[in-house]
Amino acid sequence: MSSVDLTEQEPELYQARDPIHPKSIKGRFRTFKTSVLVLAYAIFFLLPWVRWERLVGPNQAVMFDIPTRRYYLFDLVIHPQDMFLLAGFLILAAWLLFFVTGLVGRAFCGYFCFQTLWTDVFMKVEHWVQGDRNKRLKLEKQGWNLEKIAKKGITILIWTLIAFWTGFTFTAYWADAPHLFVAFFTGTAASAAYMTTGILTLTTLVAAGFAREQVCIYMCPYARFQAVMFDKETLLVSYDAARGEGSQGRKPLQKGLMALEERHASGTGDCIDCKLCVQVCPTGIDIRDGLQLACISCGLCIDACDEIMTKRGWPTGLIRYASEQELETGKKPSLLKFRTIGYGLATFLASALLIYGILTIKPLDFSIQQIRQPLFVVMSDGSVQNNYELKINNKEQYALELELSVLGLKDAQIAIGGNFTTLDIPPDETRNYLIHIRAPRESGLSRQLITFKLTDKTGHLPVIESTTSFNFK
Amino acid sequence: MSQSPENKKGQVETTGHVWDGDLREYNNPLPRWWLWGFYGTIIFAVVYWILYPAWPYADTFTKGVATVSFQAPVLDKEGKPVKAADGTVEMQTKTEHWNSRALFYQEMQTSPSALAQQEWLAKVKDMSFEQIAANPDTLNFANAMGHALFGDHCAACHGTGGQGVLSMNPEASYPNLTDNAWIHGGDYTKIVQDMTNGIKGNMPAFGALFKGEKLTDLAQYVLSLSHQPGVNEEAANRGKASFATCAGCHGANGEGNQMIGAPNLTDKIWDFVDVSGAPTIDGKLKLVEGVIDHGLQHQMPKFSDRLTPEQIRLLAVYVRQLGGT
Repeated sequence: MSSVDLTEQEPELYQARDPIHPKSIKGRFRTFKTSVLVLAYAIFFLLPWVRWERLVGPNQAVMFDIPTRRYYLFDLVIHPQDMFLLAGFLILAAWLLFFVTGLVGRAFCGYFCFQTLWTDVFMKVEHWVQGDRNKRLKLEKQGWNLEKIAKKGITILIWTLIAFWTGFTFTAYWADAPHLFVAFFTGTAASAAYMTTGILTLTTLVAAGFAREQVCIYMCPYARFQAVMFDKETLLVSYDAARGEGSQGRKPLQKGLMALEERHASGTGDCIDCKLCVQVCPTGIDIRDGLQLACISCGLCIDACDEIMTKRGWPTGLIRYASEQELETGKKPSLLKFRTIGYGLATFLASALLIYGILTIKPLDFSIQQIRQPLFVVMSDGSVQNNYELKINNKEQYALELELSVLGLKDAQIAIGGNFTTLDIPPDETRNYLIHIRAPRESGLSRQLITFKLTDKTGHLPVIESTTSFNFK
Repeated sequence: MSQSPENKKGQVETTGHVWDGDLREYNNPLPRWWLWGFYGTIIFAVVYWILYPAWPYADTFTKGVATVSFQAPVLDKEGKPVKAADGTVEMQTKTEHWNSRALFYQEMQTSPSALAQQEWLAKVKDMSFEQIAANPDTLNFANAMGHALFGDHCAACHGTGGQGVLSMNPEASYPNLTDNAWIHGGDYTKIVQDMTNGIKGNMPAFGALFKGEKLTDLAQYVLSLSHQPGVNEEAANRGKASFATCAGCHGANGEGNQMIGAPNLTDKIWDFVDVSGAPTIDGKLKLVEGVIDHGLQHQMPKFSDRLTPEQIRLLAVYVRQLGGT
C-alpha cells in the first residue's frame, strides 16, 4: 500500500495521550490548594455522618430523601413546593462564578473544582507509591516487570478504594448513612444505592485517575465559557514575558550569564529556562506560551518559579497573577469596573432573594379545587350542593388542628367527607378531603365567589384563605 | 486498520486504489474510542441474544435464558381458574421466558407500589365501613382506589364524577350518585349488595289503564307532589284518585320505597326524566305522562364476577360519600 504525505496536517489526529507526571512543589498556592482540599474533603466525607435532632424525619443533618420528597438541611426542610429555592441557589452559584471569574480568572478550576481536587489526591497517591516525577517517568518507560506491576497495581488499588468511598459517601447523602453502611455491606441495600456507588466509583476512577486534564480540555464546558468572561483587567496566571525574555530571549544559566546584572547587560531575560514551571503543571502546558485553554489557573507554576527566583536571590513574580493590561502598561487592575460591579450586584441580589425565600417558606399550604363533574347537584330539598377537593400540606414539625369555614355564601352548610369536624394534619404530611357545600338556591344567580378560611385552632399560624366559585346552576 | 509501522509520522495509509492517475482514497484509522465502542456493541448484542428472545427460526424463536416469575391462577381442564372452598382463587408460581407481559404481571404483584397497595388492603380488610370512613388515611385510600375502579367499571353509565345522565328519554338516563337520594337505599351493605348482584328496576306500563285526560290529571297530581310551579290544582285533585294505583309502590303520599326501588316523588330530584329541565308545565307533563304510559325498565349488571369483594367494599365507601349525607 502506498502513502500520501500529510506533514502539513500537524498535530496528528489520533495521537495517544502522553501521561503527565507533574513534579510536586511547595509554596503559597500549594498550601492554599491543600487547605481547600482538606476543608472540602472534610465537609464532603463527614457531613452524611453528622446527626441532627428533629421532631419528625430522619436524624441526619443533611439528607436528600427522594422517597418522601424532602430535602433535609439541618433545621431547614425543603418540600417539593419549595424547589424553586434550588433554582435560586443555582442562579446564585452561576453569578458567583461569573463574579469571581471576571475578577481573578479561573479560580474555580484551579482551587475548588472537584475534578482538580480528586486529581490532586490521586496524584498524591501516585507520588506516594511510585515516587516523584523522575521516578514515575522512569517507571513509565521501563517494561512490565514485577516492580512496575506492583507499583501500578497498588496505585490503582488505592485509587479504587478512594473512588469507592467517594461514590459511597455521595450515596449516603440520599439515605440514612449508618443504616446504608450496614445494608450496603450485607447486600440488602436498594439497587439504586449499588448502581449510584458503582457508577460514581467508575467515573471517579476514570476521571481522576486516567482522564485527568483531558476532562478540563475536552469535556468541561465551564473551562470554555469562563474564558469569554476575561477582559484586559482580569487577573491571570501570567508569565512576565518582557522581564523573562529581555531583548535577546531566555537563556539557561551559563558562564557570563550567572548574575542578574550580567544578564541585563547582555539583553538576556530573567528566565533561566529551567522548565520547572512546565514540570509542575498538572495539565502539562508551558505557561510561558501565554494564556491558553488548558490552563486551570492553579498557580503551581508561580510556586515553582518563585522558588527558583528566591534561590538565586532574584525578585520573585516572574510568573504571577497579573492582568494583560498590567503586563502591557504596568497599570494595576481597578476593582470598580462595570463588569465586577454588575456581577457583584447580581450575586448580592441572588443571595438576598435566596435568603428571603428561605425565611418566608410557607409553613402550611392548602389548595381547594371545585369538582367539575358534576359542577352542581340539586339535593332532595331543592338546595344546591357543590363539591370541592381540599388538599392541605402541613410543612411544620408538629401536628395541626385546623378548622374549615366558608364565607360569602348565604345559609351555607359545610360537610367534610368522612364526617370530620376538625382537620387533623399530622406533622410534615399532606391530606386530602372531599368537601360538600350546600346552600339554598338563589333565584337568578348562577355563580358566586366564595372564600374558604382555614384557621389553626391553637392559634400558632395565621388564618389563610382561598377564593373559588360556587355554582347554583 | 491502524497505521502500519513502516508508515512515517504524518503519513496516512491509502487504500491503494488509484483513479485518474492520482486520485487516492485515505485509509484513516478509526478513532480508538469509536472502535472500542463498536466492539462493545458486538459483545452487548451477543449477551442480549443469550439472555433474551432474539432469533426467529421456523415458526418460533430463541427464548433466551432470562426468566420472569409471577403468581398465576391454577387453571382446570376447561381453562377456568380453580376456586377453593372459600371462593378465593388458587395461585401458583409460573416461570416464563423473558417477556413484557410476564414482566407486567410480576410488577403488578411485586413492585413497591403493588406491595404498598397490598399493605393498605390488608389494613382495611377487617375494618368496618364506618371505621374506614372515620380515619382520614384509610378514607383517602378507599377514595383513591374507589375512584380508579369507578372510572374502569362505573363511569361508562354513571359518569366520571358519578353525576349520572339525566335526559328527556328515560331509557337513556342513569341515576345520579352525587345527590343525597338513593333509589334502592344508600347504606353501605345495600350498596355492596346492589353492586354485587346487580339491579333490575321495573315500572309497568300503565298506558292501558290511564288515557287522555285521566293520564294528564294523574301527571298533574304527580307534579304537585314536589310542588312544581304551574300545576293546575283542580286537575291535580282529580288525578289524586288515580294515584291509588301508584301508591302500591311509590307509597300513599308518593314518598317512595327503597325496598323495591320506587323513587320518592315528593323531593326535588328526578332520576330518569329531566322534569326540572323542562321549561314549561306542558313539557313537564309530557315527560311524566310518557313514563306512566310506557313504564320504565332499568338494569345494572352484577359486578361479582368482575370485581373482588374487597374492591366492591372500597367502591361502596367511595360512592357513599360522593353526595354526602
